Amino acid sequence: MKSLTIGVLALQGCVLPHKFHIEGHGACFKEVRAKEDLDGIDGLILPGGESSSMLKLIREFSLEEDLKAAFARMPVWGVCAGAILLAKQVESPRQWSFALCDITIERNAYGRQLDSFNATIDNYPVAFIRAPIIRSVGQDVETHALFKEHPVWVKSDTVMITTFHPELYQERPSSFHLEFIQLIHQFYKR
Amino acid sequence: MKKITETNISTLDLKVGLAEMLKGGVIMDVVNVEQAKIAEDAGAVAVMALERVPSDIRAQGGVARMSSPDLVMAIADAVSIPVMAKCRIGHFVEAQVLEAIGVDYIDESEVLTPADESHHIDKLKFQVPFVCGAVNLGEALRRIGEGAALIRTKGEAGTGNIVEAVRHLRQINQEIKRIIFLEDSELMSEAKRLGAPHELLCKIKRDGKLPVPNFAAGGVSTPADAALVMQLGAEAVFVGSGIFKSENPKKMASAIVHAVARFNSPKDILEASRGLSAPMAGLLVNQIPIGERLAERGW
Repeated sequence: MKSLTIGVLALQGCVLPHKFHIEGHGACFKEVRAKEDLDGIDGLILPGGESSSMLKLIREFSLEEDLKAAFARMPVWGVCAGAILLAKQVESPRQWSFALCDITIERNAYGRQLDSFNATIDNYPVAFIRAPIIRSVGQDVETHALFKEHPVWVKSDTVMITTFHPELYQERPSSFHLEFIQLIHQFYKR
Repeated sequence: MKKITETNISTLDLKVGLAEMLKGGVIMDVVNVEQAKIAEDAGAVAVMALERVPSDIRAQGGVARMSSPDLVMAIADAVSIPVMAKCRIGHFVEAQVLEAIGVDYIDESEVLTPADESHHIDKLKFQVPFVCGAVNLGEALRRIGEGAALIRTKGEAGTGNIVEAVRHLRQINQEIKRIIFLEDSELMSEAKRLGAPHELLCKIKRDGKLPVPNFAAGGVSTPADAALVMQLGAEAVFVGSGIFKSENPKKMASAIVHAVARFNSPKDILEASRGLSAPMAGLLVNQIPIGERLAERGW
């Protein structure tokens, strides 16, 4: 398999920790700050951070159309705030989103920072930090993990969503990054 | 279907995790709900809820304490982004109150009047994360040793003068470089010299950076100031009086958010700097009597 380049949208938020995992699985890491950076990447991660701040910057830098075009030609993974940007509907508060994945998501639904928590999925440590909750999923959305009845890891076609952060743990490359890389390979085989 | 188990292996990871989410962003001081909303709309990643911004604390004098819980709670209810609040250095009961409110971060801050002249708060006892100021590496590592999950410079707050934040950033960066080149056998005497925990020096030598994120604070009052501290290695920026003491806070807030996101692009900093009304009036640090300089509070 050829070596892939995975972009991480670097407007604001938890960008660099993905480098360890992407490179650990033999792919190349690239920061996407401007629309030119969308050229030459095979997949895009929308990282954790503050979704309201990222939205503001997407508008400020007129990236909306370029990102939509990128989503049409490559797989995308939304982590936490990134998941909020990709959801069909966002609640508390309602806000604009790319509506790429048929889910309804509620921001900060577990509560504030004191309600943030660590967990393990398949023995891999992940963190839910002021995380959103996916309240409903559409027919074409597959749920891969549930926490307390709520989907926390879903996929639909070329989109992957996690409401948790697997990237903060830096001891071994995460299986979630590997899953995303496999999603990219499948996409280009079609 | 994958199985998920809730664990609580390390709360420090969770505390640092929130700081990771704030990187590349701007945290703005606000004194009421209206300002908090302006900050959120401008793209702030968090707000610092205060009764008075540092330049007013400086002008009005008197003892500066934790803000009223009612104010902090009203601001927390009004915005969806994280809310921080300040407590006095060493005032662990103010910190307990802020934790009970449920703020997302506590700033144990030299901007308020210190409550203890020899001890900072034992921050490991708290579940809520703390940010603390530091002028050099020894101070940063003492605070991290006490449990701080985020360090910021102690630029002279309320002056609109970036010189002290620049000094602290350069100082900490230089000291980190020095640690990297020391022999393992030299780290203990360096720990003694800095007054810093030996194990944290070992960590810095191994990783080449501070064990927690490092943000800039104090004196940021233009988009160029914000980009300057980012280019010097700060990972996010606190703006105190610089926004709501400027002539057009909405515009200044957006401009600083823009400049921080694109801190390496002079074209973008130019664009962010155009069409702005006047920034806050500045104050020269050497005009402040020595006993009144905030960065000298804490140790």
